Amino acid sequence: MTDHSPAVSVVGVSKIFNDGTPKRVEALVGVDLRVQRGEFVSLIGPSGCGKSTLLRLIANLLEPTTGEIAVNGKTASQSRLDQDYGMAFQQSGLFDWRTVAKNIELPLELKGWDKAKRADRAREMLELVKLPEFADLYPWQLSGGMQQRIAIARALAAHPQLLLMDEPFGALDEMTREYMQGELLRICAETKTTVVFVTHSIPEAVYLSNRVVVMSPRPGRITTVVDVNLTGERTEDTRNADAFFHGITAVREALRGTHADHANAGAVRGVEDR
Amino acid sequence: MAERLRRIAPPLVFGIAFLALWEALVWVFALKPYFLAAPSKIFGEFVDNAGRVWEAAAVSGTNALVGLIAGTVLGVAMSFVLSRWRFLGEVVTPLAIALNAIPIFVLVAVLNNMYSITSETPRRIMVTLVVYFIVLVNVAKGLTQVRSTHVELMRSYAASEFEILRKVRVPNARPYLFTSLKIAAPASVITAFVSEYFGGSQNGLGSRITSNIANSRNATAWAYVLGACLLGLGFYVISVVLENATQKGGVHTNTVKGNT
Repeated sequence: MTDHSPAVSVVGVSKIFNDGTPKRVEALVGVDLRVQRGEFVSLIGPSGCGKSTLLRLIANLLEPTTGEIAVNGKTASQSRLDQDYGMAFQQSGLFDWRTVAKNIELPLELKGWDKAKRADRAREMLELVKLPEFADLYPWQLSGGMQQRIAIARALAAHPQLLLMDEPFGALDEMTREYMQGELLRICAETKTTVVFVTHSIPEAVYLSNRVVVMSPRPGRITTVVDVNLTGERTEDTRNADAFFHGITAVREALRGTHADHANAGAVRGVEDR
Repeated sequence: MAERLRRIAPPLVFGIAFLALWEALVWVFALKPYFLAAPSKIFGEFVDNAGRVWEAAAVSGTNALVGLIAGTVLGVAMSFVLSRWRFLGEVVTPLAIALNAIPIFVLVAVLNNMYSITSETPRRIMVTLVVYFIVLVNVAKGLTQVRSTHVELMRSYAASEFEILRKVRVPNARPYLFTSLKIAAPASVITAFVSEYFGGSQNGLGSRITSNIANSRNATAWAYVLGACLLGLGFYVISVVLENATQKGGVHTNTVKGNT
């Protein structure tokens, strides 16, 4: 078994878009990243730093220009074909023409599960995200936060070991966002899921993560990895704890470094820190 | 019930008032029947000629229905082809625009030359063409303009192109199909009438209107106009009923969300 291989291994990866044309963009250069099983790792950085590109490379939605990517000890493309990971986006991406339960069942349908097994799993996932009574409603009948919980339930429906999330709470209001962060940690603890999480919120990254990977743009690369030492279970008190503020300061300083580079490159763009 | 009444009462009152004013104008100014017939007279003619109006409506209605079905089937089929092979779209679109730019009814004169003078086929082809373009443009849009998040999700599930078509593109195109039918259904009736003005058998509503006007039977012509009106309305109602009957997921599917 490949049980001791890391959940994600990225070695010497670069991604160049439109190579050989005037619109050539070095989205990522020389990226190395290892994510251990059970870890929660956030990717943070200003826009254009390639954090979403890196996530899509891990998901095999894009192919790297150079370098190697392995997921659960397999090539990225093999683990996509095996549906080894679940994915969630800023937009919930629920299908308006499917009920909540049918949305959750979609990845299972594509795996060829039979109807009864799918229905059982959908029920189980709805319990997990605490929305069991909404199975037969349509997505547009739910609030934005509920839709995002359904999207997470769908991403986890096949019990993947890895969850890839691209700013999943970016479109939610602050209150809902903090609630969802707590829910995500609870769910990941219950299901022992590894998470790679793209965000541009410093407190969100620090609150959720074991490690925060700080990236800088032009070309996109990893500048610093900040270890966050928030021990054990997060509670509302965690947001007032010293370790939380230390983490935020460390990430902010790391980002300032990238920000200065950014400014020197001639284009100043603020880093949103909510 | 009272709520329902409040909703339908204003247009109903307006409609009656409009007819009353029309009637009054004809009587007060003693308008000659060849200038403008009174609604009461038109209705009388409609009742007297009900059988003949019905027969003419059946002819025009059949032409419209045959064309509507054929055009829809062809339009849907072609939209699948165009969405599968995008380069074909780039080849075909300029031609489609060019065809749409010519006043399309003149084609019926050409078609009449190709078939025997008593054939209904040119009219049906005409309706088919009009419906075809409406359906093709809309359904092709529904098949191709899917949310990028949906496509990325499906790819993350290792879904094949066929599965993406079946589970994302087709359901996404459904509301587009019904929107196009709501436009195409009345258009099919109008096309069926107008194509009767370019020769051929004088058996449909459109040709009856012209022949009655030519014989100065103005009120009778208006009775056929009323029949045409009801036929068009009937087609529209059918498309709406069809949409409601097959609509799952409620009204929201009609709004197409963009990507941010």
